[in-house]
Amino acid sequence: MASLRDIKARIESTKKTKQITSAMHLVSASKMNKAEQNARGYVPYSEKIQEVVSHIANSNPDVSHPMLEKREVKKTGYLIITSDRGLVGAYNSHVLKLLQDTIEKRHKSQDEYTVIVMGRKGYDYCRRRELPVSNSILGIADHPHFADIKAIAQSTIQMYADEEIDELYIIYNHYVSAISQVPTMKKLLPIENLDGHKAMHSDYEYEPSQEEILKVLLPQYAESLIYGALLDGKASEHAASMTAMRNATDNAEELIDTLTLSYNRARQGQITQQITEIVSGAAALE
Amino acid sequence: MKTLTVSVVTPSGPVLEDEYEMVVARAESGEIGILANHIPLVAPLSIAAVRLVRGNEEMKLAVNGGVMEVSSNKVTILAQSAEKPEDIDVERARRAKERAERRLQSNEEHIDRLRAELALQRALNRLNVANR
Repeated sequence: MASLRDIKARIESTKKTKQITSAMHLVSASKMNKAEQNARGYVPYSEKIQEVVSHIANSNPDVSHPMLEKREVKKTGYLIITSDRGLVGAYNSHVLKLLQDTIEKRHKSQDEYTVIVMGRKGYDYCRRRELPVSNSILGIADHPHFADIKAIAQSTIQMYADEEIDELYIIYNHYVSAISQVPTMKKLLPIENLDGHKAMHSDYEYEPSQEEILKVLLPQYAESLIYGALLDGKASEHAASMTAMRNATDNAEELIDTLTLSYNRARQGQITQQITEIVSGAAALE
Repeated sequence: MKTLTVSVVTPSGPVLEDEYEMVVARAESGEIGILANHIPLVAPLSIAAVRLVRGNEEMKLAVNGGVMEVSSNKVTILAQSAEKPEDIDVERARRAKERAERRLQSNEEHIDRLRAELALQRALNRLNVANR
């Protein structure tokens, strides 16, 4: 049996760990609130831009733009959103597993796909597995600004425009609530599913022309989708981290309880043994 | 006078939503003034100030590109960033302007001229709006 001193040292160290994890839990909780707010503040923009895009796309069937048209798929791009640090439970592994499953199911060789990575964890994973990574961004802020990811969003969309990739999927954790995040895969390019909003005014005046407007609007729309997914992912990240830290705190508490119990037992045993020794010593003298 | 509802929305959230009598924006094809009952319109904007007029008041917004949509007396401006004069960080804009000018003057090969020019335009636009 472990000595009293050993058990005591373990209790102390577990207490310290508990302090840390509970502090991290609080930090994540406040970050999550902020991230949730960011994600919510972004909704009006994304709704509006989607409305305008679908107005134009639906009001005129002749309108065409490479981003709206399906073409034969030779190479697929996957944009994955992961975190930069660990301690977020299964947050990253969910995304990476979805990526791996999809790749295994759809592709036979590495020439058929490429990965664009946001976040260190995803980057390390792809490096270890030797997946083809064409672009990456590490160290994204907890509350990212649009400008932070504009470069990578633009270059990703440029890859599509240059026909380097023929379709683009985005994989991230969708934030449902503080305790539930669902790994999600969405098709970003070519842009589909615009039928949801029916054209209300088919008689828009376009200045200068529909093609010109789509040229400006569609890349902006695609960028905004990427940014939206990132905000969503960040909210999930903080939520996952909060849950993980709460679990760690609970576990530490449980461990402290068990250790305290065995500490008391050991102490009790020691006292009993001492008494026995004294009594038997006294008996021997008589 | 009749008014239109103007809302300016950016990825970081709504910037402004209010009633105005007239909106003057610089589209890529030239300046456009929008009054109430304008026909539905969609136009991309260039990096310039958008003027919002109500009575004798006039307010300027520094809008970085984006798209303006007009329909049934509602004007929606979707831009990657838009700032009211009081929200502009003048010091930062001035630094950005100097940096962009230095880049453009340096005449080196590896510099992305288009990007520097856009940065310069954004900075000038901000400074212009901030000084009213």
